[in-house]
Amino acid sequence: MRSRWAVYAMGLLMAVGLAHCGGRRAAPVTIKGSDTMVILGQRWAEGYMAAHPGAVIQVTGGGSGTGIAALINGTTDICQSSRPMKDDEKQQLNAKYGQPPQEIMVAKDGLAVYVQEQNPVRELTIQQIKDIYTGAVTNWKAVGGADVPITAYGRENNSGTYVYFKEHVLNDADFAAAIQTLPGTAAVVNAVAQDPNGIGYGGAAYAKGVREVGIKSDAAGAAVLPTAENVKSGAYPISRGLFYYMRQAPTGAVKEFIDYVLSAEGQKVVTEVGYFPIQ
Amino acid sequence: MTSSTLPAALRRLPKAKPFDWGGRIFSGLTGVAALLVVLMVVVIMGNIIFFGWRTVTWEFLTAMPREGMTAGGIFPAIFGTCALVILMVVALVPFGVGAAIYLHEYARPDAWYTRAVRFSVNNLAGVPSIVFGLFGLGFFIQFVGRNLDRALGLDVVWGQPALMWAALTLALLNLPVVIVTAEEALRTVPREMREASLALGATHWQTIWSVLLPQALPGIMTGAILSVSRGAGEVAPILFTGAAYFLPYLPQLPTDQFMELGYHIFVLATQSPDVEATKPILYGTVLVLLLLTLLLNLTAILLRSRMRARLAGRTS
Amino acid sequence: MTTVPAASRPPLEARAAKQRRRLRWRERGITWLLRLCAFSAVAGLLLIMLFVFREALPILTDRETQKEASLRGFFSTPLWQPVGAVPKYGLTPLLVGTLKVVLVAMGFAVPIGVMAAIFASEFAPPKVRELLKPVIEILAGIPSVVLGFFALIVMASWIQAVTGAPSRLNAFNAGIALALGILPTVFTVSEDALRAVPRSFREASLALGATRWQTAWNVTLPAAGAGVAAGVLLGLARAVGETMIVLMASGNAAITSANIFDSVRTLSASIAAEMAEVVVGSPHYSTLFFLGGILFVTTFFINVFAGLFVDRLRRRLAGA
Repeated sequence: MRSRWAVYAMGLLMAVGLAHCGGRRAAPVTIKGSDTMVILGQRWAEGYMAAHPGAVIQVTGGGSGTGIAALINGTTDICQSSRPMKDDEKQQLNAKYGQPPQEIMVAKDGLAVYVQEQNPVRELTIQQIKDIYTGAVTNWKAVGGADVPITAYGRENNSGTYVYFKEHVLNDADFAAAIQTLPGTAAVVNAVAQDPNGIGYGGAAYAKGVREVGIKSDAAGAAVLPTAENVKSGAYPISRGLFYYMRQAPTGAVKEFIDYVLSAEGQKVVTEVGYFPIQ
Repeated sequence: MTSSTLPAALRRLPKAKPFDWGGRIFSGLTGVAALLVVLMVVVIMGNIIFFGWRTVTWEFLTAMPREGMTAGGIFPAIFGTCALVILMVVALVPFGVGAAIYLHEYARPDAWYTRAVRFSVNNLAGVPSIVFGLFGLGFFIQFVGRNLDRALGLDVVWGQPALMWAALTLALLNLPVVIVTAEEALRTVPREMREASLALGATHWQTIWSVLLPQALPGIMTGAILSVSRGAGEVAPILFTGAAYFLPYLPQLPTDQFMELGYHIFVLATQSPDVEATKPILYGTVLVLLLLTLLLNLTAILLRSRMRARLAGRTS
Repeated sequence: MTTVPAASRPPLEARAAKQRRRLRWRERGITWLLRLCAFSAVAGLLLIMLFVFREALPILTDRETQKEASLRGFFSTPLWQPVGAVPKYGLTPLLVGTLKVVLVAMGFAVPIGVMAAIFASEFAPPKVRELLKPVIEILAGIPSVVLGFFALIVMASWIQAVTGAPSRLNAFNAGIALALGILPTVFTVSEDALRAVPRSFREASLALGATRWQTAWNVTLPAAGAGVAAGVLLGLARAVGETMIVLMASGNAAITSANIFDSVRTLSASIAAEMAEVVVGSPHYSTLFFLGGILFVTTFFINVFAGLFVDRLRRRLAGA
């Protein structure tokens, strides 16, 4: 009696399911890694699959570290990373697969520092940002703001953004333990947008509802905002490349997808999402 | 001297009883505690229903997600959850019911091996769900999967997160539930049935298969349904054994990854690229998952109460 | 009895004997199959222990791993920063974080759960009791990811509005959500224990002149004590091991402090957050399995302890 209903339910589910898949699909190209790049990757995937019916691109986030680990573990075709691979990671791949990984820069990004729009502080030097994130400075008045404590937001340690920030802004010093760790740049932006005393860092593409702080290389220099020209020309001090890594030189379906990504059409998507093209 | 012999005037006096402060406060507090619980449940359900009901349309349930999860539907998550749970039940119920039959029909109650099985069942129920996830990764994917790949000469097919490993991990997680409810169900079958069947010449197994199991079916289904409800809701065991966030296709092989309702909620809530834009979808997904698990639990409870009523009716 | 011709008797008997033998073999086979099913539970538990400890073993045995992550390092380093030029695997912030969340959760769930159970079994009119049970069942049916979602999106803002805490996601937020998760366990087991106390206890107490609350507090509750303790312990085990709620609602910052309004990072959330990014076999991988081992052992012992309490309750009530 009950089993009859179960059969009906299963039948309905299968019918709707079959309506969605039109026959056996091609082997998917898997891309895993950076949360900074995940929307970009999904947009590319959508655009590519629309232009090439039958192709399947599968994009998952989890952080650049996740992607690199997946590349080493063999569970992904392409690793999207918002930081360059470290030497020991490249060595692990070399040792395991007999050749070093293929690195392709697919976009450029400016690492912005956000504050809430009402925050009076509009520019910071790299040293000040470092002091805030290592815990040396804990009050906004030390950097020219009101006399309130700073709530600093950061990323989980599997994030390429986290690692890049640690290496290039903190010069490998430890983050203060009190930094609020959030799992994605969007979460950081969201938190800063709701917190008048908050400060956060992340890809420039995500800055909605927050203000990007002008960065000065030193106390005397001019404050530079992460605009397209500044990032492309290199005037913005914290700009980075966004990379695709593969275990070997791309062939077949992977190569076609990479060609699309590097083409004019693909790079247009980069600008739409808010990053900067490689040219 | 009984009250009937007391003078009438004395009988009419009110009894001197001090106001029971401690008692009133205490019972009042317990009532407040109960009220608090009800209030919290009402608030949670109300919030989710209020913000989510508008999103849940037929299109939402049957369409694929679009535009970076800010539009479209969650069908792949529903499909993935169903596929996961079906595989889990297929793997789980034979083992669980078999174990329950063994415990109830064959095993000596105080033998060391019976106690070992009961001990394992009780403690398996208490293992944290994230440890099950680690087990799925360490045993199913790294050990069984990798060795399977090596034996079949494949590159990396079984040795990575897949629907099958996630289903098996959940099956182990829910094994105690099925064993306990199936045993309870077997206990409701009256002795006379078994004795009559054996007296007519049936073997032990024939009796179990043809007489006991059909009678115990409602209870067994209770266990299966409860396990489905838990399997659909647990996210920690599938975090690194197979769930994925953006899959443009539906899982067709047991080696595919899959989208899943609970995992989708987790990623949308914590890692969504645009929190405000995806909030309606998030609430809709939560509502769908909640309705699914509550419906399943309700069915299980109804089945169980019917079973218990039958047992009570017989023994009274 | 009709006489059967001698010629046709042997074949029939032979066939019957063969059938009986086949049945016997089938029975034996099925018995073995069922035994296998039962031992799958034992095997499952053993395998979990084996494989979790196996992947964590390099911490204790392998020199290479110990250069980066060692038992001594776990307790001597004050920081948990496993990703960086010099990885730091200090367990102290994680242990403190887990403790804080569990304390907040137990602090709310135990009083409210036990008191509500007393209300349901001692004071509530039958209609109210019939309302309370489905509510608890609904709460029990809410998946932990939904509780974590609610704490993250809704409750954190409310708590921040009321308390003005600087961190929106903190131990208090996660603790309350966790309390909601373990409340059904504490309530159900306590209520069952209270209901199981024989009526004669209550009636004797009332007959001696005690009020209903005096009976409940001084007679029924102590009599059900072992069961209530079991419920509390089971809730504790669940609180220690719970992952999704703390992963979403606690802020995940490895801070060591006494303030419950600070963000925390628990053992379970660290495993869940970092497992995806580790390379199989690396010291980080082994460390995360080690954390899993700690969780397993802790909850195992709590559950065994709780089981002893249930036994004691059963024996006491049966003997009374």
